[in-house]
Amino acid sequence: MTEPDVSARDTTTPSSDQRSSWRPGDRKKQRIDALAEAGALSSDEGISLWQSAWRRLRRDPVFLVGLSIVSVFVLVAIISPWLAPHDPSARLLIDQVTPATPIPPAQEGFPLGGDNAGRDMLSRLLVGSRQTLIVGVLATLGGLAGGMILGTIAGGIGGWADSAVMRVVDVMLSIPSLLMAFSIAALFARPSQWTVILAIAIIQVPIFARLLRGSMISQRHSDHVLAARALGVRPAAIVFRHMLPNSLGPVIVQGTLVLAVSIIDAAALSFLGLGNPDDSVPEWGQMLGKAQTFFNSYPHVAVYPALCIIVVALGFTLMGESLREALDPKSRR
Amino acid sequence: MLRFIVRRMLQAVLALFVLSILLFAWLRSLPGGVVSAMLGERGTPESAAALRAQLGLDEPLPVQYWRFLQRAVQGDFGISNGVYRGQPALDVFTQRFPATVELAVFAIVLALALAIPLGYLAATRRGGPFDTGSVIFSLVGVAVPVFFLAYVLKYIFAVRMGILPPSGRQSVGINATHITNFYVLDGIITREWDAAWDAFKHLILPGIALASIPFAVIFRITRAAVIDVMDEDYVRTARAKGLRRQTIRARHVMRNALIPVVTIVGLQVGALLAGAVLTEKVFAFTGIGQALALGFELRDYPVLQVLILMAALIYIIVNLVVDIAYAVIDPRVRH
Repeated sequence: MTEPDVSARDTTTPSSDQRSSWRPGDRKKQRIDALAEAGALSSDEGISLWQSAWRRLRRDPVFLVGLSIVSVFVLVAIISPWLAPHDPSARLLIDQVTPATPIPPAQEGFPLGGDNAGRDMLSRLLVGSRQTLIVGVLATLGGLAGGMILGTIAGGIGGWADSAVMRVVDVMLSIPSLLMAFSIAALFARPSQWTVILAIAIIQVPIFARLLRGSMISQRHSDHVLAARALGVRPAAIVFRHMLPNSLGPVIVQGTLVLAVSIIDAAALSFLGLGNPDDSVPEWGQMLGKAQTFFNSYPHVAVYPALCIIVVALGFTLMGESLREALDPKSRR
Repeated sequence: MLRFIVRRMLQAVLALFVLSILLFAWLRSLPGGVVSAMLGERGTPESAAALRAQLGLDEPLPVQYWRFLQRAVQGDFGISNGVYRGQPALDVFTQRFPATVELAVFAIVLALALAIPLGYLAATRRGGPFDTGSVIFSLVGVAVPVFFLAYVLKYIFAVRMGILPPSGRQSVGINATHITNFYVLDGIITREWDAAWDAFKHLILPGIALASIPFAVIFRITRAAVIDVMDEDYVRTARAKGLRRQTIRARHVMRNALIPVVTIVGLQVGALLAGAVLTEKVFAFTGIGQALALGFELRDYPVLQVLILMAALIYIIVNLVVDIAYAVIDPRVRH
């Protein structure tokens, strides 16, 4: 039990009692639903679910590696303006940028060289962490807010509201999500950082909605909700004070995973020219997307931001996956 | 069984209906309105008025939606104003579709061939270094942006080593006859082996990059499924009977563990289509993915419209077929 158990990471195969209700083609949905149920269950060990999860997590090297990466990333994002040796938007090396040598090489004071506008690569990477974090967090929060509204309506009210909301959510889940992000981003004549965030947030809405609804439905008949109802607590208060807080576990797991995906998707949008054209404030996805012209002659211009994205996305994924496992009662046996 | 198929088909029709409304709403909210979006920069006031009348934009919304549906069914999606300037937008799809199918099939076969054995091996060595290593490898695979992987592969194997072609579907010097537009298949049919081999070499790098998406998912599903099945009573019974390892693996474990893998392959079609947009752009591979990337770049909305609709249609149909096939394999899901 204490050993780093990277195994039941994908609890996608249903246990035998669920199998009869298992629908094919619903794997994406089913994965979400399994997570929703996992977080809503309470522990029988006399300690809270979070306490028991933490006991497992603090000995889990996978989680600790993820947590360290994420902590360093957030710390750098906060203090980067003081860490960066130069102003990230100052064209300090512009006199070295010529048609023959568009990328200034590494040199004294510029350990990673410059970009095609003569700006310091290291400073842009350091300061870029901030904007990358903002894009990831805002896109995730946006998706969460939308999903919370839809999920609360569906799971809290139930009945016709539930069927109506879930029909729409299921159709949204049936469209390839990255393709949907591309289409939404293309709706704006002038793309900006905000359109990128919006496009990525929208594709996360159905996932969070289904997650919250599932979690609320599985709580509807649990003891604490029955007790609150028996005490005459208003339905709205039951939903917001008793059901919603208990759904936070799966939401946090999903949010961590979505953060990683958001950062990668932002890079894909930039790569297709649907990202923020204004690069005065650096962002890793944008730096990577714009580096495509130089890849075959100066690959390092793309490799640096790509490595940053990969490491940070991996950090969030490792954290999210070990959290998922720690919260899943099935993997606790 | 019949009831299941009918119900599943009704679901697909409902999804298509909602999708058509979404697409219609998307077209109507394009920047500058649908007329300037379709005409592009060449639009004159006269041509704009003509298109406005032709599209019936002065009529009520439900009528407009009905017209949109009628035209879509007839395959009339307007004229491309960027990707294939001046040609019907539908032509972009029909001419380029085989290329993407060829690439996607190669990628999914590659992913299955690697992910299923690896998933089995990891599951049987659960908790060991091989298992931990391959799980982390699959998580890294998820964290790497597909287009970056594509560039790295292209840089190493095409630009630096020069052993594989960097772009396109076939080398310029090859004199190939094209019957089906599946270039590898064409080469085999016409017995132009050099043409087939050349087309195949052009598939390898984009195929590997594209395969990285389904690989990670299929690996993890296989591994989780094998772990689950190994705990089942019938596997223990088989082992207790003294059956040989290979027999248990083939008859008891894999046969049951592969059931969820079938479904996931269907769902991966969507990820493959989105991944093809990025990968085909890197390798200038002239499939529908590259056309989509170009369409977004040039704001060629008629082409985007038809390609997005077709992509979603393919996704819905593939999943319908997979679900029905699945119900045939596994009777439990029919209820």
